[in-house]
Amino acid sequence: MIREILSQLDEIEAMLGVTKGAERQSLLEQREALLARCEKLTAEQKVFLARHPRRPRIDAYIHELFTDFFEQKGDRANREDPSILGGIALFHGEPVTVIGHRKGTDLNENVAYNFGMPGAEGYRKVQRLMRQAEKFRRPVITFIDTPGAYPGMEAEERGVGEAIAQCLSLMSRLSVPTIAVVTGEGGSGGALALGVADRVLMLENAYYAVLTPEGFASILWKDAGRRGEACEVMKLTAQDLHGYGVIDEIISEPVGGAQRKPQAVFETLDEALSRYLDELRGMDAGALIAARYDKFRHMGQ
Amino acid sequence: MALEDYGASFVMCPSCSRRTTQANWRANWQVCPTCGAHQALSAPERLLSVLDAGSFVELGEHIDGRDPLGFPGYPQKLEDLRKKTGLEEAVITGVGAIDGVRVVIGVMDSRFMMASMGMAVGERLAVAVEYAKNGGLPLILFCASGGARMQEGIISLMQMAKTSAAIADFSAAGGLYISVLTHPTTGGVMASFASQGDITLAEPGALLGFAGPRVIEQTIGQRLPEGFQRSEFQQEHGFVDQIVPRGSMRETLAKLLRLHGYGVMRG
Ligand SMILES: [Zn+2]
Repeated sequence: MIREILSQLDEIEAMLGVTKGAERQSLLEQREALLARCEKLTAEQKVFLARHPRRPRIDAYIHELFTDFFEQKGDRANREDPSILGGIALFHGEPVTVIGHRKGTDLNENVAYNFGMPGAEGYRKVQRLMRQAEKFRRPVITFIDTPGAYPGMEAEERGVGEAIAQCLSLMSRLSVPTIAVVTGEGGSGGALALGVADRVLMLENAYYAVLTPEGFASILWKDAGRRGEACEVMKLTAQDLHGYGVIDEIISEPVGGAQRKPQAVFETLDEALSRYLDELRGMDAGALIAARYDKFRHMGQ
Repeated sequence: MALEDYGASFVMCPSCSRRTTQANWRANWQVCPTCGAHQALSAPERLLSVLDAGSFVELGEHIDGRDPLGFPGYPQKLEDLRKKTGLEEAVITGVGAIDGVRVVIGVMDSRFMMASMGMAVGERLAVAVEYAKNGGLPLILFCASGGARMQEGIISLMQMAKTSAAIADFSAAGGLYISVLTHPTTGGVMASFASQGDITLAEPGALLGFAGPRVIEQTIGQRLPEGFQRSEFQQEHGFVDQIVPRGSMRETLAKLLRLHGYGVMRG
């Protein structure tokens, strides 16, 4: 249903550019009516938006929120895993390390980046970049958008589980400020590997869960088709997670999703990142680590 | 009397189909005397198999989870399993001794919801790790798990962060952590504390991995080769220090404790 509403909105907005007078007025009214239907979305509709092909990706966030981005490739052991994008950039003139899942913006890119599902090398690149951030006292900002780590043979041969485990361990004791932003899909341990941060922000229509809804339904009910039911029962929306204390702040999206007016999301996020970075930069390393320990030690209690 | 008349006092090995007496099977800690296959060992039996007799004192037995999602039927399922297994949850934690050396030990039991990790498991482990840190004691965890406890949703995912943070903190304070991987250790447990040991041991033939074999097969559209993700495979790929048969586990742990200066040398 959300799919139809969004495609009707696209059509109306395309026509608005070339329509005048009373016809235009009617289109505007139709648009309002459609947008009103997007005000209250179900969890399943939010998951649809979280996966929307035009949803802003990490490339866009880096382009819009940072300057002077310098990409750093490779895990220095096996290979470059393009499902993780990372490097150094300036945020309001100050150096930071930026790391996130990369899904790509069209089908060719999706395939090249393995739909944002990293293998072991991706998570080892994360560790390398985070250690460097610590060495040069740069805050770390991560962007989470993955259905999960890739369940393939090579990933297992190279110890993707171990690589994720070391990310969790490393992030929990990093001596520089860390902020994670769940922008789209926050699926499973492959998402959490970038999420053990001082502040965890989440876009209004992103989801964050123990597993994809399809995976959840197939494990618990042996039926991936019960996805809609899984979305409801899993409590995976930003609102649910804020209630559990798993995330610190919800980044609001334009009605109908971030893909409709990405600029609005960039502005809101820019303000939130500045605010939290200012706050965290005022803390010394020991206090940061102790507060982060406390946060995850008591999460959900 | 025909052998069959002994009935239940005999056990058939699921691996080689040879029969052995119940008593023999138990004395051998559920390892087949014929083929050496390691069958599941309950957490209480595991504690008996490695600790000095009478040395174990449980910690955190009062820690239970909750039902954060309000998942249909979950509380009842826990209740039924408690009755059936005699366990409160999927892990037992406590303090015991190996050759007189005090250790903090945690043992997961796959009979309890595939030893999946929810709030109770994560909290018991975190409390045990903090106890080890505060007491300057070494930590030994026998891992086995199907992964995160789905019925607890995001809260179960966060147990990976919680246990990892506790172990990283313990490690930064100089604590020794020995992780023992037993059949099966997968998912969120493999991707957190199971993979964070200073020393990683594995039992022979255990299935150890992040993604389950079925999920991998569905994803890549082909069958996995024989032995994929087993202990021997993990050792070959560099993720296990040594594969230790159950019969040698206690003496191996004792040796590792001595090598780290616990016991005799440290007094
Ligand atoms: Zn046998």
